[in-house]
Amino acid sequence: MDIAEIHRRLRERLGNIVSPELEVKDWSLCDVKPQSIAEVCTILRDEPESAFDCLSNLSAVDRKSADTIEVYYHLFSYQHGHRLTLRAATPRPDPILPTVSHIWPIADWLEREAFDLMGVRFTGHPDLRRILMPEDWVGHPLRKDFVEPEEYHGISTRRESLLKL
Amino acid sequence: MSLINSVPENLVTAKLDEVLNWTRKSSVWYMLFGLACCAIEMMQTGGPRSDLDRFGAVPRATPRVSDLIIVSGTLTLKMALRTKLLYEQMPDPKYVISMGSCANCGGLFQLAYSVCDGVDKVIPVDVYVPGCPPRPEALTEGLLKLQDKIQQERWLVRAPRAADTAAA
Repeated sequence: MDIAEIHRRLRERLGNIVSPELEVKDWSLCDVKPQSIAEVCTILRDEPESAFDCLSNLSAVDRKSADTIEVYYHLFSYQHGHRLTLRAATPRPDPILPTVSHIWPIADWLEREAFDLMGVRFTGHPDLRRILMPEDWVGHPLRKDFVEPEEYHGISTRRESLLKL
Repeated sequence: MSLINSVPENLVTAKLDEVLNWTRKSSVWYMLFGLACCAIEMMQTGGPRSDLDRFGAVPRATPRVSDLIIVSGTLTLKMALRTKLLYEQMPDPKYVISMGSCANCGGLFQLAYSVCDGVDKVIPVDVYVPGCPPRPEALTEGLLKLQDKIQQERWLVRAPRAADTAAA
């Protein structure tokens, strides 16, 4: 079954939770209402015709102009070999999404990364701590409005511009 | 050691210092401590082809018995604190080789938010080895430079006093 057919059946079942547009490409892309992402993911994993048994990647993009943070879920099915990307846009000042770590256990660390670098909070996550930056770090460094601190534990973070040399 | 800097300089103490330094420089034990890709080259340097062991340098698994820390790789701010802690756990006298561009100045990643640009911001460095990453020959050369430095140190001889310098 091709991705367009999976998308059509998903629309039939869930209605407007899934966007009517499907951008068909290598990783076909469709939008999902952020509060329902866990529900959509459960269906996509469990239905035998879609059988997305692998969450290839979970990443976040800061769309400052649209005032949203988009979280991308790259799904892959080993069984059928087809791929689908889900996009959930959350408001930038308060980005909250339900976790999918109970659906794919790898999402545990991927969501921690998105939380660490982008500040997306995943409700229901078992252990939402920073994964890369130090525990006492202030701010989320991949946000477009991130301001780098002057120093970290007495280590200056000021650097000469490479262009001046 | 109560003898340190307590004996006046003469032929015997100078020669004794040289012998002590020769023994120390011939057994520079470095800590097993790798941060990034430079660590791969450091393993090569310690391996059979380049064989750092022939200069008396063998890897040790704990800072408590190490004389040398080779900072090999990109130093993140998170790691910088831990590197400092490891350095403080080493017994004196202790030495630091900064290996590769990243440890020297932050290298390719110096403008990144998470990278400490230069290990000398955290701990004092004796020898800088340039390269990205340095070849095993370069790191061996760095160790030889460090051995030269150790050979020139004076431990038994009293530090010159202000009166002595004025008289001379």
